[in-house]
Amino acid sequence: MNLDKKLYTLKYSPDTQSHLNPDSEQCKTCVSRNCTYICPAGVYEWNEEKNELIINFENCLECGACRIACEKGCIDWQYPKGTKGVTFKQG
Amino acid sequence: MLNKDNKTDVIVVGGGPAGITCAMLLAKSGKEVVLIERGLFAGSKNVFGGAIYTQPTKEIFPDFEKEAPLERRNIEHNFMILGEDDSTTISYRKDDNVSYSVVRGKFDRWMAQKAKEAGVILVEQTVVRELIKNGTKVAGVRTELEDYYADVVVLADGVNSLLAKQIGLRKEIEPKDVALSVKEVIKLDKDTINQRFNLQDGEGAIGEIFGGPMLEILGLGFMYTNTDCVTIGLGITLDDLIECKYRPFEFLERLKQHPKIAPLIEGGTLKEYSAHLIPEGGYKKIPQLCDNGVIVVGDAAMLVNNLHWEGTNLAMISGKLCAETIIEAFNKKNFSRKMLSLYEKKLKDSFVMKDLKTYKDLMDIAHQRKKAFMGYYLRKINSFFEMFTSVNSVPKKEGYHKFIKSIFTDRKLSELFKDVWALIKLVWSILV
Ligand SMILES: Cc1cc2nc3c(=O)[nH]c(=O)nc-3n(C[C@H](O)[C@H](O)[C@H](O)COP(=O)(O)OP(=O)(O)OC[C@H]3O[C@@H](n4cnc5c(N)ncnc54)[C@H](O)[C@@H]3O)c2cc1C
Ligand code: SF4
Ligand code: SF4
Repeated sequence: MNLDKKLYTLKYSPDTQSHLNPDSEQCKTCVSRNCTYICPAGVYEWNEEKNELIINFENCLECGACRIACEKGCIDWQYPKGTKGVTFKQG
Repeated sequence: MLNKDNKTDVIVVGGGPAGITCAMLLAKSGKEVVLIERGLFAGSKNVFGGAIYTQPTKEIFPDFEKEAPLERRNIEHNFMILGEDDSTTISYRKDDNVSYSVVRGKFDRWMAQKAKEAGVILVEQTVVRELIKNGTKVAGVRTELEDYYADVVVLADGVNSLLAKQIGLRKEIEPKDVALSVKEVIKLDKDTINQRFNLQDGEGAIGEIFGGPMLEILGLGFMYTNTDCVTIGLGITLDDLIECKYRPFEFLERLKQHPKIAPLIEGGTLKEYSAHLIPEGGYKKIPQLCDNGVIVVGDAAMLVNNLHWEGTNLAMISGKLCAETIIEAFNKKNFSRKMLSLYEKKLKDSFVMKDLKTYKDLMDIAHQRKKAFMGYYLRKINSFFEMFTSVNSVPKKEGYHKFIKSIFTDRKLSELFKDVWALIKLVWSILV
C-alpha cells in the first residue's frame, strides 16, 4: 500500500503557514538529506531543479523525528496551532 | 475560574497519562489546576501500541475497569522471532488481568473527563509556546492567546518536550535516544479476530515481534487486538533508520507481508495510519527533573521501559509522585528546586527509577551488538527449529552436529566471545 493511501485515513486541519522551517541555505550543502527518507509522512522532497526542499507540511504527523534527525539540526520546528494539524482517532 | 491576573495554583502542560494523573490528584486535594492540551481533545495527538496496565491504572482510577473505554483484556503474550521467511513463536497464556488494549483517542479523553469531574480546568486546542520565567523561577506559560501564571508548572508535554529543552533541563535529543514508530490500525470483524487469535469475546492477545524486516537493526514490532481492529506497528531507533536509508513505512509494509503476520491481518482494511516517537535513552538520559517552580514527568522525563513496552504506567506514577510533591510544597509554601527535589527522591524510591536503573546498560549493549542479538541469533533460533522439524532421511545426529558446527563456522570466534561477554555484562547489570 502506498503512502498516500495511508495518509488518506487521517483527519487533518491544515494551517496556511508551515510549522516546519528548515534553514534553506544549510539544506543546500546537506549531504545526507535525512529528512527526505526518515519522515513517516514523506513530508520532505528534494527538488533537484530548484536545489531546495519541497515541504508538504500539511501531511505532517507531528512526530518530531525530522527535528532530531536533521543533519544540520537546522529545522525550526514548532507544533501547529492548537486547532490545526493532525488528529489521531485510533492512536 | 481563574482570577483576572490569570494566576492559578498549578499549570500542567500536556493531557497524556502523566499530565492528567498529576492534574486530577492535585484538583482532588483542593488545588486550582489548569491542564493545557494542544490537541483537539486529550488523546488526539497520542499514539501508542498498546496496552494500559491494570494495577497502576487502578491506583489512579480505581473504577476504570467498569467505566473506561477498554477494547480487550489481554490474556496472551506472543514473542515472535521472525527470520526472512520463517518464524518461531513463544506464547504465554494466562488470564491474569495484567493489561487491556485501549485506543488513546478514547482512553485519554476519558481520563481527561475524570480530571474535569475532579475540578481540573481543561484547556484544549491550545499550545504552550514557552515558559515564562521570573528571575530563576518558572512563573507561568505563554500560549498563542494568553499568558497564564502559577506557583508550579508541570511539564507533561511528552517525548519531544520542547519546553524542558527551552529552559535547559535537558540537552537536544540524539537520534540514538529515540525510536520512530509507525503503526496501522486494521479493521477486521470481531469474530475473525477471535478465530485468528484463538480468543473469546473481550479477550485480547499481544504480539512482540523481533526480526523480520528489522533483522540486524534496533527495532521491535508489536501487535495488539482491539475489539474489531488489529494494531500492527514497529519502532526503530532513529540512528538506525538514518543509517539504513529506508523509509519507516516500508519496513511496516514488509512486516505486514511476512508469512507469520500476513494471514493474521488478511482481508482487513486500513482504518488509520500513525506515527510517534518513543523515548529510548533510559536511565542515563533522564533530564534534570525539577527546578525552581517546575517539574518534569512522563515521556518528557524519558521515563519509558522500552524492553517491556511500559510507558503509560511510568507516566501515571510519575504524575502521582509529582502531585504528592506539589501538595507538600504548598503546605510549606516553598516552590524552590530544593523543595521540589522531593519528587526525585520519591521517583528513586519507586519502581520507576529502579526499573530504569536495572536496564541502564541495555541500550548501550544493544547498540554495540545489534547485528548479533537482533540478527545472527534470531536467525539461528529459526534455523535450529528448521533443523529440528525437518524430515529428510538425514540421521538426526548429523543434523545436530551440522547445526553446532555452523555456529563456529559462520561466526568468528572473537565475535562469539564478544557476544557471550556482552550477554554476561548485560545479565550482570540487570541482576546485580
Ligand atoms: C508506538 C508506541 C507504542 C507504545 N506502547 C505502549 C504500551 O503498549 N504500553 C504502555 O504503557 N506504553 C506504551 N508506549 C509509551 C506510552 O505511550 C508513553 O510512555 C506515554 O504515553 C507517556 O505519557 P505522557 O503523558 O508522558 O506523554 P504523552 O502521552 O505523549 O502526552 C503528552 C501530551 O502533551 C501534549 N503536548 C505536548 N506539547 C504540548 C504543548 N507545548 N502545549 C500543550 N500540549 C502539549 C500532547 O499533545 C500530548 O497529549 C508506547 C509508545 C509508542 C510511541
Ligand atoms: S536533513 Fe536538515 S539540512 Fe539536510 S536537507 Fe533535511 S532539513 Fe535540510
Ligand atoms: S514531524 Fe514527523 S511527520 Fe512531521 S515532517 Fe517531521 S518527521 Fe515528518
